[in-house]
Amino acid sequence: MKKHIWVIAEKRKGTLHSSTYELLGKARELAFKMPDTLVTCVTLMNRSLTPEERKRLSEQGSDVILNLVHKKFKRFDYLSYLETLNNIAERFSPEIILAPATTTGRTIMPALAASLRTGLTADCTGLDIDKDGRLLQTRPAIGGNIMATIKTPKHKPQMATVRPKTFTPLAEKYSETGIYHEIIPLINTSSKTKLVEFQEISAEQKSIQDAEIVISGGKGIRKPENLELLKKLAGLLNGTVGASRPLVDSKWIGHENQVGLSGHTVKPKVYIAAGISGAVQHVAGMQTSEVIIAINKDINAPIFDYSDIGLVGDAVEILETLYNALTSLKEEISDVGNSQRTV
Amino acid sequence: MKIAVLVKQVPDTDLVKLDPETGTMIREDSGNIINPLDLHAIEASLRIKESMEATIIAFSMGPPAAEEALKEAIAMGIDNAYLICDRRFAGADTLATAIVLSKALKKFGPFDLILAGEKAVDGETGQVGPEIGALLGVPVFSYISKIIEITDHHIVVEREVEDGKEIWKSDLPSLLTLTKEVNEPRLPTLNMKKKARRLEIETLGCDFLELSDTNVGLKGSPTRVVKVSTPKIARDAVIYEGKELEKGIRKVIELLRPYLEENHEEAHMGNS
Ligand SMILES: Cc1cc2nc3c(=O)[nH]c(=O)nc-3n(C[C@H](O)[C@H](O)[C@H](O)COP(=O)(O)OP(=O)(O)OC[C@H]3O[C@@H](n4cnc5c(N)ncnc54)[C@H](O)[C@@H]3O)c2cc1C
Ligand SMILES: Nc1ncnc2c1ncn2[C@@H]1O[C@H](COP(=O)(O)O)[C@@H](O)[C@H]1O
Repeated sequence: MKKHIWVIAEKRKGTLHSSTYELLGKARELAFKMPDTLVTCVTLMNRSLTPEERKRLSEQGSDVILNLVHKKFKRFDYLSYLETLNNIAERFSPEIILAPATTTGRTIMPALAASLRTGLTADCTGLDIDKDGRLLQTRPAIGGNIMATIKTPKHKPQMATVRPKTFTPLAEKYSETGIYHEIIPLINTSSKTKLVEFQEISAEQKSIQDAEIVISGGKGIRKPENLELLKKLAGLLNGTVGASRPLVDSKWIGHENQVGLSGHTVKPKVYIAAGISGAVQHVAGMQTSEVIIAINKDINAPIFDYSDIGLVGDAVEILETLYNALTSLKEEISDVGNSQRTV
Repeated sequence: MKIAVLVKQVPDTDLVKLDPETGTMIREDSGNIINPLDLHAIEASLRIKESMEATIIAFSMGPPAAEEALKEAIAMGIDNAYLICDRRFAGADTLATAIVLSKALKKFGPFDLILAGEKAVDGETGQVGPEIGALLGVPVFSYISKIIEITDHHIVVEREVEDGKEIWKSDLPSLLTLTKEVNEPRLPTLNMKKKARRLEIETLGCDFLELSDTNVGLKGSPTRVVKVSTPKIARDAVIYEGKELEKGIRKVIELLRPYLEENHEEAHMGNS
């Protein structure tokens, strides 16, 4: 009989979220190391998946798509999610269940694990298969100072959550067509709770996890006013501002902008750390960025060990220089653009 | 209204070590505090009690030293507390912890409302709350930033998620995991502290809770730590210092330049 790895899809505003594809990529890699194993993407939606969505899920690594359809699944609904997932997990008995460590995943996965009386590892940064075919789950422990590898030796399913932006989706398309199942679950319990209202946050600023450029400040930027400079620079580059924990603790900026172990994990194309020392807990949240630029006046700051480019000097002065130079560059570009358009 | 608050004692610093054999934490008795988010859970229960008739009981599973955390909870104003403590509970993962705590909640319950922190600063899993909810079969509302309304039969809460705020109404019993947005915890008064110090906290063990050895502690934990390592994630930075700095800045400008143009194109598309 075939074994199954499940990825519980994450949705945002009714469509599939990028963290789903990141996990599918990893699940595919794991499945290659386990004989006879299929990757199943489990979606909970209030509608059928479109042909485009199905195609994308197959390309990104699913062998099977299991779409659970119910009007209760417009947004995450604890009781109906738990009842449904518990039922199908008992029926199909997957080897492994993975889900993004979002507010949804971090709520439903522990509840499901407890219902199934199995183990769960939170916020894994590494997943692998050992020689016995069991899942190795690696996560930062004790404030990020060490990494612990955890196994669920005897229980099934083996369960893990993974923060968004930890893994990368498959570089090559896996398959064009997968098996598509749609199930309409019967739900009994959900009348006890009701979503009365939803207030969407204004998407004024790009979420820090989706930004291609993150410009983060630490205590070395000295004054809260200097955050304005970071914001201006981020605006110029279509990026977002991040911060180390002390800035958030001092209420200079909101927690949604904190990068690190107790903040967000980010994986932008370019990460700039200005006046940040590079404590392990901060590094834990940005180490997978493509290019890391550190600005620090202390050449011995640990952040330089985690960077590709290091600028030794005053963070505010250097950011100002960058801002001025990039502003003039932008004017030049738009002049050229305008003249080309008038031609 | 009967309220249970789950309180975990955590190390004050990040100086805890791991036992290389079992991979579990070695705790030192000194410098322990109440998990910061659990203070918000205690505060939330006290505010409910100020608005209606309520009894609040705190539960903590931990070593004998965790008694201190419970005394502090009592000093803040809760009615009673139980320390769940047995050598056989050692090495518990989140499921084994949740099994023990949910058993205690059944024994002293039923509770209308169960309050937990969103996560503990030491393990940082945030799993114990939802696991207990599932074991007790009560609805779980995580990431709660506001308790809007509470009566003997239902609760209205605000849940903060990635794309906004959800307002949920739920029948009681329910379990909530709270974020620090929910309130500002009070400080215990000196008088209350004195009173709490004299108090004897009742300790509950495996036998009292009618739990078998195989369900608790390391034995009852489905997960095992198989390896611990110190990560080395270094890159080779090219460092620009002193006279070289200007060159470094030019390099960074070149690197960032494409993102300006992208921005520029988008702006044009928006205009046309
Ligand atoms: C359980 C736990 C979780 C944590 N989670 C996080 C987390 O999510 N995110 C996080 O960031 N931290 C986290 N921390 C805190 C972390 O350990 C560090 O304390 C924090 O990252 C330090 O922030 P910082 O680099 O801004 O400040 P500091 O460590 O004080 O560093 C300031 C740096 O600025 C430099 N500097 C000073 N003046 C200038 C100047 N004029 N120009 C340029 N450079 C200058 C200094 O040389 C120094 O390197 C956590 C800690 C624990 C225990
Ligand atoms: N040993 C424990 N005793 C009492 N409450 C606990 C214990 N462990 C966890 N909790 C509760 O569960 C929450 C989340 O903890 P954790 O899952 O360890 O991050 C904490 O904020 C506590 O409210």
